[in-house]
Amino acid sequence: MNRHVNFLACLCLSTFGLSSAASANKVFVSNEKGNTITVIDSDTWEPITEFPGGNRPRGIGISPDGKYLYVCASDDDTIRVFDTETYQEVWTLPSGPDPELFTIHPSGELLYVANEDDNLVTVVDTQSRTIVAEIPVGVEPEGMAISPDARFVINTSETTNMAHFIDTSDYKIKHNILVDQRPRYAVYSDDGNKLFVSSEIGGTVSVIDPNGADGPVLTDKIGFEVSGVQPEWLQPVGMKITADNKWLFVALGPANRVAVIDAETLEVVDYILVGQRVWQMAFTPGQEFLITTNGNSNDVTVIDVAKQRAIKSVQVGQQPWGVAVMPDE
Amino acid sequence: MRVLTRLFGTILIAFCMIMPAYALDVRATVLRVDYPSLLPISRYDLVPDDLGFAGAVLGDEDNQTTGSFLGMTFETEFVSTAPEALDAQLDSILAQGTDLLIVMADADDLLKIADRAGVDVMVINATARDTHLRDDMCRANTLHVAPSQSMMADAVVQFAMWKRWRRLFLIHGSNPADRALGDAYRRAATKFGAEIVEEREFEDTGGSRRTDTGHVLVQRQIPVFTQDAADHDVVLAADASDVFGLYLPFHLWTPRPVMGSGGLRPVTFHAAHEAWGATQFQRRFEALSGRYVQEADYQVWLALRVIGEAVIRTNSAAPDVLMNYILSEDFELAAFKGRKVNFRPWNGQLRQPILLTDSKLTVSVSPQDGYLHQRSTLDTLGLDQPESACSAFDQ
Repeated sequence: MNRHVNFLACLCLSTFGLSSAASANKVFVSNEKGNTITVIDSDTWEPITEFPGGNRPRGIGISPDGKYLYVCASDDDTIRVFDTETYQEVWTLPSGPDPELFTIHPSGELLYVANEDDNLVTVVDTQSRTIVAEIPVGVEPEGMAISPDARFVINTSETTNMAHFIDTSDYKIKHNILVDQRPRYAVYSDDGNKLFVSSEIGGTVSVIDPNGADGPVLTDKIGFEVSGVQPEWLQPVGMKITADNKWLFVALGPANRVAVIDAETLEVVDYILVGQRVWQMAFTPGQEFLITTNGNSNDVTVIDVAKQRAIKSVQVGQQPWGVAVMPDE
Repeated sequence: MRVLTRLFGTILIAFCMIMPAYALDVRATVLRVDYPSLLPISRYDLVPDDLGFAGAVLGDEDNQTTGSFLGMTFETEFVSTAPEALDAQLDSILAQGTDLLIVMADADDLLKIADRAGVDVMVINATARDTHLRDDMCRANTLHVAPSQSMMADAVVQFAMWKRWRRLFLIHGSNPADRALGDAYRRAATKFGAEIVEEREFEDTGGSRRTDTGHVLVQRQIPVFTQDAADHDVVLAADASDVFGLYLPFHLWTPRPVMGSGGLRPVTFHAAHEAWGATQFQRRFEALSGRYVQEADYQVWLALRVIGEAVIRTNSAAPDVLMNYILSEDFELAAFKGRKVNFRPWNGQLRQPILLTDSKLTVSVSPQDGYLHQRSTLDTLGLDQPESACSAFDQ
């Protein structure tokens, strides 16, 4: 049963009014074309500032202690590190060429970076600022995820069409799972029992049981259908799953919608209309809100997670790509 | 110190091979026929010695990287031949047991190769655009990664209609290939509701293409040639022979945009295309070949990727198994064009978006918004099933 999303101003205002009790966190948005980072206040949903982020900033993340913002400056072949208070660049991290996406070890000590041009995953020590390891993977590595127990890092390679399971103890690939065309993003459920991989061109999300008796196994594929939208524009990209493992949100790129999936039954229960070319997403710390970057409308959409409704859009810089939210203090 | 760490890390993490499900050696051959040709009008169109082969090297490498995780090896052989030596070369290739054959040849030679190779060989046409190869002359063992002229013409006329440029002035060359291209534009105009309000033939009178200050003459000749045409919105150039199409922009009597063989050109790929991750393709290609990509390189790369994808999904290198899978609904491939490409099962033609370029940038991509089809919007480009006289794939 699909519910229609009525984006009525009054509804937005009332929803917004009700939820304003949440604590304020800074939301950082990388603007790929604008070469800037926009900072938004998650209480007022107003932009606070915009600062230079290097050339072609894409993947973005925050250290677990909230002190540092890591930005993949793809065209600078480096990861720029900013102070989250002063917005000053404090140093850079070696990333290998053309870094696009990374995932952070829960300790904050290591970054695992996908290097699209070199078919490598680079492991960077954030303290010594050195490269610890380079792991050869498939063609055009992109999506990065880490298992909740930190035993495996997942990399998806866009032209090889695989999810590679990299053992974090010896940096060897232990398993490969073939998925549909152009896998973009990977995310684990918080209980570690499911791994989701989105295939942009294949138009599906692959569901993998990472703990199968004989190693990880592909169990399901989730497809999408929206009446009035050509099937080729339903291109799953960014994903987030709620901490209770109940709801999976999937950004559908040029379909301008976020799919809401029951993570148990794997059924799509709703499509939330957001801005144009919706790309990456991030939760606020309490998971009350999900923020989506919309590359072709230069804004972010704020989704009320409980209500599964878009409540607000905020104008940011040119071609927003990644988004990260400060942890609670 | 940092270098040491890097080195150590790299050695430590020597490639980890997973236990292969099947050991499979896949061998393909790229056969290129080199015809005598005139110099192009533009130096940018000079043909490099490794045309197509450079694309094959990249395709081979992409397949090999993926195959290494599955215990598969991919190997590609390159053969170039003069037309008169084609028969002998072909016999030698077939005698070696090659059964995956990518062909860069003209339509007549492609048919000859397909027929001699027979049903046990999968042939992929990488470059020939003649529409009849997908129509009454289609072959059951032959796939077409190259788009047909009618797909290219449809891509151009869809854009003209999207712009509401309905009145077309068609200028075609005097060689058979130019006339065939002119036919494709006429069909496209009828198909999408445009009108050819004026039509002229630009005669190929031969002569040298390289002359000093040749542009002075062009600036005088083209306006005269195009004067007194009926009112039109756009000029379509059908110049498969590369004789005049590039001379038309800015030299028309009436100031109008040019599309087709000059101005806004339909291509499968070009070196400035960056959307949908194509930048990565460009960088990988340039690192390997030391030059910009040409359409033929992309098409041969794509042909090898078609083979690679089918092998990886079927765990087989047998031509009949691959052909069945490639023509099935399960086959899909990402091709840096924003959507999956796959094949028309009734004539073996690859469905694909067509880029429109001003030779610097991707200006637009067809099919255009609003051109719908019951099966795939990509089938609004080129011969559709009811129009196709191809019956070789009926079973």
